[in-house]
Amino acid sequence: MNFGEGLTPEAFAFGLFTILTLGGALGVVTSLNLVRAAIWLMLSLFGIAGYFVLLSAPFLASVQVLVYIGAIGILFSFAVMLTRGMTNLKERFNDQWWLAGLAALTAFVLLMVGVIVPAFGNSGAPVSDQVTTTVDLGVALVSGNQYVLPFEVASLLLTAAMIGAIVIAREDD
Amino acid sequence: MEILNQWAFIGMFFLLAPILPAVPILLAAVISPKKPNAIKQATYECGVETVGDTWVQFKVQYYLYGLIFLIFDVEMVFLFPWALAYKQLDFFAFLAGLLFIFLLSDALVYAWRKKVLEWV
Amino acid sequence: MQCDNIINTLAPCLVQSGWNGDLANFASIFLGVIILATFPLLVTIVLIWFERKFAARIQDRLGPNRVGPFGLLQPFADVIKLLGKEDITPAGADKLIYNIAPVMMVMSVLLIWAVVPLSPIHVGMDLEIGALYIISVASFGTLSVIFASWSSNNKYALLGAFRVVAQLISYEVPLALSLLIPVMLAGSMSLVDITQAQAGMWFIFVAPLSAILFFISSQAETGRAPFDLLEAESELVAGFNIEYSGMKFALFFAGEFMHVFTNGVLMAVLFAGGYIGFGGLENSIPLLGIVFLFLKASVFYMLSLLIRNAIPRVRIDQLMNFNWKFLVPVSIVNVVMMAFLLKVVQALGIAPTPELANDFVANIPQTLVLFAGNVVLGLLVMNTVSSRIRKERLQESANRAIVPMGAGD
Repeated sequence: MNFGEGLTPEAFAFGLFTILTLGGALGVVTSLNLVRAAIWLMLSLFGIAGYFVLLSAPFLASVQVLVYIGAIGILFSFAVMLTRGMTNLKERFNDQWWLAGLAALTAFVLLMVGVIVPAFGNSGAPVSDQVTTTVDLGVALVSGNQYVLPFEVASLLLTAAMIGAIVIAREDD
Repeated sequence: MEILNQWAFIGMFFLLAPILPAVPILLAAVISPKKPNAIKQATYECGVETVGDTWVQFKVQYYLYGLIFLIFDVEMVFLFPWALAYKQLDFFAFLAGLLFIFLLSDALVYAWRKKVLEWV
Repeated sequence: MQCDNIINTLAPCLVQSGWNGDLANFASIFLGVIILATFPLLVTIVLIWFERKFAARIQDRLGPNRVGPFGLLQPFADVIKLLGKEDITPAGADKLIYNIAPVMMVMSVLLIWAVVPLSPIHVGMDLEIGALYIISVASFGTLSVIFASWSSNNKYALLGAFRVVAQLISYEVPLALSLLIPVMLAGSMSLVDITQAQAGMWFIFVAPLSAILFFISSQAETGRAPFDLLEAESELVAGFNIEYSGMKFALFFAGEFMHVFTNGVLMAVLFAGGYIGFGGLENSIPLLGIVFLFLKASVFYMLSLLIRNAIPRVRIDQLMNFNWKFLVPVSIVNVVMMAFLLKVVQALGIAPTPELANDFVANIPQTLVLFAGNVVLGLLVMNTVSSRIRKERLQESANRAIVPMGAGD
């Protein structure tokens, strides 16, 4: 499939997802209403799921939607709605926003220099020609000489996270 | 190419799926009468005028359910590849999965014992 | 010409008749999506009539019987009426999100149909991650509830939505856990592979507990009786959609009707062999596959209608307890048990070899072992639950004896 010279469907989709991701992110930082910001965030995360599809990682795309939009997005909305008075902010908290902006800009430039610039002139990107499927992921997760320890540690981490959350949320006992 | 064709289909589905249900809404917007007034548009609370902010504060209970759900959701992300490859794996894989599930069940038992799962 | 989906079938035809290759590809994808996405919407119109008739018979009424023969044209009359209804947007509503919410509700169900195999050659897209895709897109439904309630600026809507979301996310856990079993048995997340893996034996016989768990939690995901807390009229006026009227309100319900039938289809695909009929008939006449699938889906659909009409609503605390203290533990134990038994079956060498996987007889030993395991676990669970409930009842009556009347509740 090739719509005209240069504009492949992949490039078109990439552009679309970039608009979704960056537009969503812009919406998050500019909307004063926290619920709206959460919705913008979901849009941004959806764009990232699109990137995963373009990278031939459908499993991760699915996980992105399931966990980030379906679970964390909802958790964010809950959190916003739990905090009274945070939903209709009319003014900024303080005047130090430019400090945060400067810090973010510096980090961004550093990342650009560190990650993106070395990638130029090196167009033969180090992509492995080995096609990995989700089955391979499953095998790797529980093979003794591969990722079985991280697999179990992940479980432990999740348990610890949940217990921690319960302890914090229930101060009464 | 084949893979991208697949996802082109899904992508198209994502674009068109909202349009199909939007058609009746748009149609209704064209056809239906529009005579708004303040009383008609008032927030519906069985005839009583609404008092105060809509943003009544919610119990932390809901958030805790959300958290437990999130933990299990992430667990699912690990368990799906495990289940997918399960038939080709040896008995060690079963033990690994068992330990994984056991550790997470601990969290559920903890929540249960701490009465987080009681609806109050 | 290979004929496995509309893209591979139509696009070469169009190219032969002089179309540009890319345009042909685009056109065939577009057409495929339109057909596949309109189909469930059209089915829903008939379903609305069927469900009203069904409910009416159970309640000893006639149901719709005026418009057209047997009231068949009633849904169309309703649509026309709904189009003419004034659409009221409450003051203080967030207009954009208020309008997006009902669309998203329908969309979340429509998207599932993209991966459902309708027959051996009719499938929207055979996604490698189909099973995960299903539960992923379902989360849009939950989001739409949040959107609807938040944007309508109403306390009751918000209160209702919080309950609904708590319910929906809670029941997603046993849903996903029971979905693991077909994935495990088929060794694939693609719904086509899962269907094909049942050529020898339906998974409902191999893993009846998972089928029951999936059915119950998907019933709860639709938010229908006995899990219709989102419409708890007596407590919450109408739930999250209280401020909606006209066509937008109808769309929430269309989404719900469609969801129930879609769940029936999913049950059929995941546990009852999907389009697989008898004697390989669906391979010679593919259209029969759709008939088989829909016949099976109708069985599950009618079962859920029966449940809806026969069982009273549960309370919210009962609903959450039922999920977290019954369904989730049982589905966790179920996953562990199935995983263990599968390895035992493999070790004993009675698992069907890959060549014989589609053979009915070769599947029997494995099925017997797994079925027995399911029955034992089921009996154990029921026994535990009933003894626990008995204990609670005794406790309660003991409390009653001490506490004065009325103070015990």
